[in-house]
Amino acid sequence: MSSSISLHFDVSGDDFTRAGEASTQVKKTLKKIGYDSDAIRRVAIAMYEGEINMVIHAGGGTADVEIYPDRVDIVLTDEGPGIEDVEKAMTAGFSTAPDNVRSLGFGAGMGLPNIEKYTDSMRIETEIGVGTKMFLSVNAGGSNS
Amino acid sequence: MDKVFHSVTLDSNKCVGCTNCIKRCPTEAIRVRDGKAQIISGRCIDCGQCIRICPHYAKRPVYDPLSVIDSYKYKIALPAPALYGQFNDLDDIDIILTGLLGLGFDHVAEVSAAAELISEATRIYMSKKGIKRPVISSACPAVLRLIAVRFPDLCEHVLPFVSPMEAAAMIAREKARQETGLSDDDIGIFFISPCPAKVTDVKSPIGKAKSSVTGVLAISEVFPKLASLMNKVGETEPLSQSGVIGVSWAGIGGESAALLNEQHLAADGIENVIQVLEGLEDEKFRGLDFIELSACSGGCVGGVLTVENPYVARARVQRLRKYLPFSCSHLPTHAIPEYMNWEHSLEFSPVMELSSDITKAMKMMSEIDRISGLLPGLDCGSCGAPSCRCLAEDIVKGGAQITDCVFILRERIHNISTTLASMGSNPLASVQEKMMRMPSPMQKSDRDE
Ligand SMILES: Nc1ncnc2c1ncn2[C@@H]1O[C@H](COP(=O)(O)OP(=O)(O)O)[C@@H](O)[C@H]1O
Ligand code: SF4
Ligand SMILES: [Mg+2]
Repeated sequence: MSSSISLHFDVSGDDFTRAGEASTQVKKTLKKIGYDSDAIRRVAIAMYEGEINMVIHAGGGTADVEIYPDRVDIVLTDEGPGIEDVEKAMTAGFSTAPDNVRSLGFGAGMGLPNIEKYTDSMRIETEIGVGTKMFLSVNAGGSNS
Repeated sequence: MDKVFHSVTLDSNKCVGCTNCIKRCPTEAIRVRDGKAQIISGRCIDCGQCIRICPHYAKRPVYDPLSVIDSYKYKIALPAPALYGQFNDLDDIDIILTGLLGLGFDHVAEVSAAAELISEATRIYMSKKGIKRPVISSACPAVLRLIAVRFPDLCEHVLPFVSPMEAAAMIAREKARQETGLSDDDIGIFFISPCPAKVTDVKSPIGKAKSSVTGVLAISEVFPKLASLMNKVGETEPLSQSGVIGVSWAGIGGESAALLNEQHLAADGIENVIQVLEGLEDEKFRGLDFIELSACSGGCVGGVLTVENPYVARARVQRLRKYLPFSCSHLPTHAIPEYMNWEHSLEFSPVMELSSDITKAMKMMSEIDRISGLLPGLDCGSCGAPSCRCLAEDIVKGGAQITDCVFILRERIHNISTTLASMGSNPLASVQEKMMRMPSPMQKSDRDE
């Protein structure tokens, strides 16, 4: 078994004010182990966006993070409405966020584009009415950013 | 002893080993060991937070006594703008400055005047291309140290300029050399400081090999002597060279306002500062050009060496600046003067990390997780660490044992004595009974208060 650290989080969809806690926790852990600081920043941003999406679009979900010496894998799973048109959702500025969320400064439609920008690989599995699963990976010392 | 200089120290005679300071330290730099607090030198940023909250006055700021000025032929006072907010019913800065001459200084060089030059230079810097935005103020040394130990990616965002204190000292020293012909050793330049962080900044500066400031006095010590002298000041001398911009540096927001058109954010109080830095690190704020941060609530008027409440002091500064010109000091040419630039940039110091070897650090992290799971999760502080998780970290690093947790200790003793009892002999029964009645360390310190 290669050494890795596994972290699991339940991301509550009920309490908006707690959104972002899981990614903050991951960032803390990465800092403690002296992880590559550029990778920490990319993980923190990508995971934050994914976490917020689960809260505002899918009523919450779970986050599983696997930290390897040279890579961080993140799996975000929710049982929300699913994404109708992934390609459209990925375009900068596209958003279906309701007004009350926008007034808090979310819903600029930059979440998915940013995730793509900051990760080294990104894959979305989604099914209408069933949910969405997002697989993200960030390489330490990688040049994507 | 430590190689690193610190202006926040512990008076172990006064320390009762309570948990107030360990819980509030922003870098988890304090532990209670053998009933006394200990400051972990590499982690301490000299913010003074523990001085503010210790109910037993066991945390002491280090600064120079006023009498040090006597050892110099030519004595220059550098009053911090925060000093101006300490006095009631004052509408003329010259009364304070004339009072300082009465205390034995030969010359007064206002830090607020140098602050106006820094503001002007910052405006030039902000108009440059290729700088890392948002630019973070370099005025508060506690914030700089916080960034250096916790925020590696933000080091490059810091404004690479000396502080107004340092600039004031450099200008005053040069002027004194020329006017008096004295050597550097005979010229004493003394900052009248709102905080111990500035003492550290003089003894071991960031961005510079050596400070031009000779010593640092506390506002709290100078204030009473100055106040009584000021009552007797008859004729004031027209000494002040500060305008609204310079004087406003006393409180949070002053430095940003002086940049005129930049999109800025100003945050005060160490907890707020940490939140802003976390957000900056995750690129959560868009469209900001300048970030002003001060470790103390209200800005430097809230420093632990001041005497007046920060909000009262700020209101007074506002009154003082009412009839002042916008700015009184100006750069000779529209260019950043060479002396203002840092000699070297802010460097990250990885004191919070577990190990420089990532595989080892990950093993340690897994072990910390495992031990954390064994601890009760009460974060009571009785073990001397700020949280259960922090104790787990100390154990893995080799600085503590699991039996430092009073609950684990109790459980172990209980287990040993039940084992012995079940074996028939029960020599420990009475001991166990006593142990169970013994107050926990936390209760003990409560009682000692
Ligand atoms: N986990 C998810 N479940 C359902 N829909 C999602 C999810 N994540 C993203 N979406 C859809 O993709 C769109 C774009 O997402 P994003 O780029 O993060 O922008 P924003 O969150 O600002 O709307 C969202 O408005 C939403 O319609
Ligand atoms: S905010 Fe001002 S008074 Fe407080 S620590 Fe920083 S420099 Fe000192
Ligand atoms: Mg989003």
